[in-house]
Amino acid sequence: MKVLVTVKRVIDYNVKVRVNADQTDVDLKNVKMAVNPFCEIAVEQAVRLKEAGKASEIIVVSMGPKAAQEQLRTALAMGADRAIHIESDDALESLTVAKILAKIVADEAPGLVLMGKQSIDTDNNQTGQMLAALTGLAQGTFVSGVEVGENEVQVVREIDGGLQTLALKLPAVLTVDLRLNEPRYASLPNIMKAKKKPLDVKTPADYGVEVKANTRLLKVTPPPERQAGIKVASVAELVDKLKNEAKVI
Amino acid sequence: MAILLIAEHDNSVLKPATLHALTAAQEIGGEIDLLVVGAGCAAAADHASKVAGIRKVLLADHSVYDHEIAENVASLVVDVAHEYDYLIAPAVSNAKNFMPRVAALLDVGQISDVIKVESADTFQRPIYAGNAIATVQSLDPVKVLTIRATGFDAAPADGGSASIQILSQLMDSGVSRLVSEEMAVSDRPELTSARVIISGGRGMGDKAHFDMLDKVADKLGAAVGATRAAVDAGFVPNDMQIGQTGKIVAPELYIGVGLSGAIQHLAGMKDSKVIVAINKDEDAPIFQVADYGLVADLFEAVPELEKAL
Repeated sequence: MKVLVTVKRVIDYNVKVRVNADQTDVDLKNVKMAVNPFCEIAVEQAVRLKEAGKASEIIVVSMGPKAAQEQLRTALAMGADRAIHIESDDALESLTVAKILAKIVADEAPGLVLMGKQSIDTDNNQTGQMLAALTGLAQGTFVSGVEVGENEVQVVREIDGGLQTLALKLPAVLTVDLRLNEPRYASLPNIMKAKKKPLDVKTPADYGVEVKANTRLLKVTPPPERQAGIKVASVAELVDKLKNEAKVI
Repeated sequence: MAILLIAEHDNSVLKPATLHALTAAQEIGGEIDLLVVGAGCAAAADHASKVAGIRKVLLADHSVYDHEIAENVASLVVDVAHEYDYLIAPAVSNAKNFMPRVAALLDVGQISDVIKVESADTFQRPIYAGNAIATVQSLDPVKVLTIRATGFDAAPADGGSASIQILSQLMDSGVSRLVSEEMAVSDRPELTSARVIISGGRGMGDKAHFDMLDKVADKLGAAVGATRAAVDAGFVPNDMQIGQTGKIVAPELYIGVGLSGAIQHLAGMKDSKVIVAINKDEDAPIFQVADYGLVADLFEAVPELEKAL
């Protein structure tokens, strides 16, 4: 079974995000970029499935500017077999990304698509669900456990209030949550090998998908600042303040 | 304009997230219908019919909608969508699961986690874990929105008398089957609707130490939460996680114990009205957002707090 994995290039999660001066976006100049952490977990899961003999080939896809190839190379170094880069300098919204992925799914016929549940830049949490809807494949979101069987995959989902286990018919689209696994670091020999792995460059037009804006970003602003309050010296003072000043207990 | 609000419920009543989303719908303005979908959820529809400002309640009550399987619920919503200009749901795990499908099947985008309605087509939403706020205009003919509860007050749950219309269409994709569900059982309020939350981080040191927070929670009628670090360390289950990838909360009082205040955690609680931090490290970033900070060893301060309440 082929496994298709998606990776997104985002600001490294350790970077303190700042809004740019003209409030059109966050400042992306000279900022460290990385694979979206949720996508990294998806890649790791694909590699583990291959190591366990359940997956035959791992194809990794990314969309965005040329620089997104760095993130594809990272995934290849982790163990993916080949990469597809959909090059576009336009901001691709979730629906457009899902439409292009649907075409790739039709071409490659993977048994499983593994994606991050959300990207830590736009925090939309949409693309996997949209892809599942457009392809008609079974959907398992927010997954923290995966058990691949003959014709089914059992997934444990992180839901409000607990855990849900679903049995999904294969092929299926899964979006992964943080607790599914701990991604490996690529070794130096594997980083070297990854440079020779195949990487196809395509455009949205190659798949016949029109890049469409469903939204217009009007403004990006910093969140309201919360001021630090006071330090209290003792539990007694704290309780007094909560009762008599804040009046919340 | 007509708005369909898809309710979050527990089969007997609407959950508070629905009433917060209703406020957002009312700010947009128009006729608002409420869809209650599930299995054995007629009581929740009765509850919904009593909410003020609802034109009618749509009830789809059938085993195919049990546990709100995404494929089936999305198909149902799409089937009735042509009557509406807006499809709105609270940003809870059920709706996060099925709403993007609805959007894709209607060939429109979704605007997730709306925290403010600026106009009929323009909304604010947090990006980068709440480190920036985007103002986004929808260009789609039908607007699919999920609403973050903390951005809107809850609408009153009574004062209405809407009729209930039964939806009989059955949508069953047949590709997804429930195996089991393990829900946390607790007498405490739910995190997302609790008035008071006490939350522990990595500094709690051990699973057993969360008992200390439970005791304080019992006295305050509070819910108990945790940081991702505490969840990852195996102290508590993930449904207690507050933060960018966990639950987003905004209680009247948030007490953070032994947690440093990583940005991913702050993303989930910084809109709380009053924040208390108890941490022995006086440089912990949580103190920069706390109204009341107590630099102390939590193993002494928390039992003392319990006694003082």
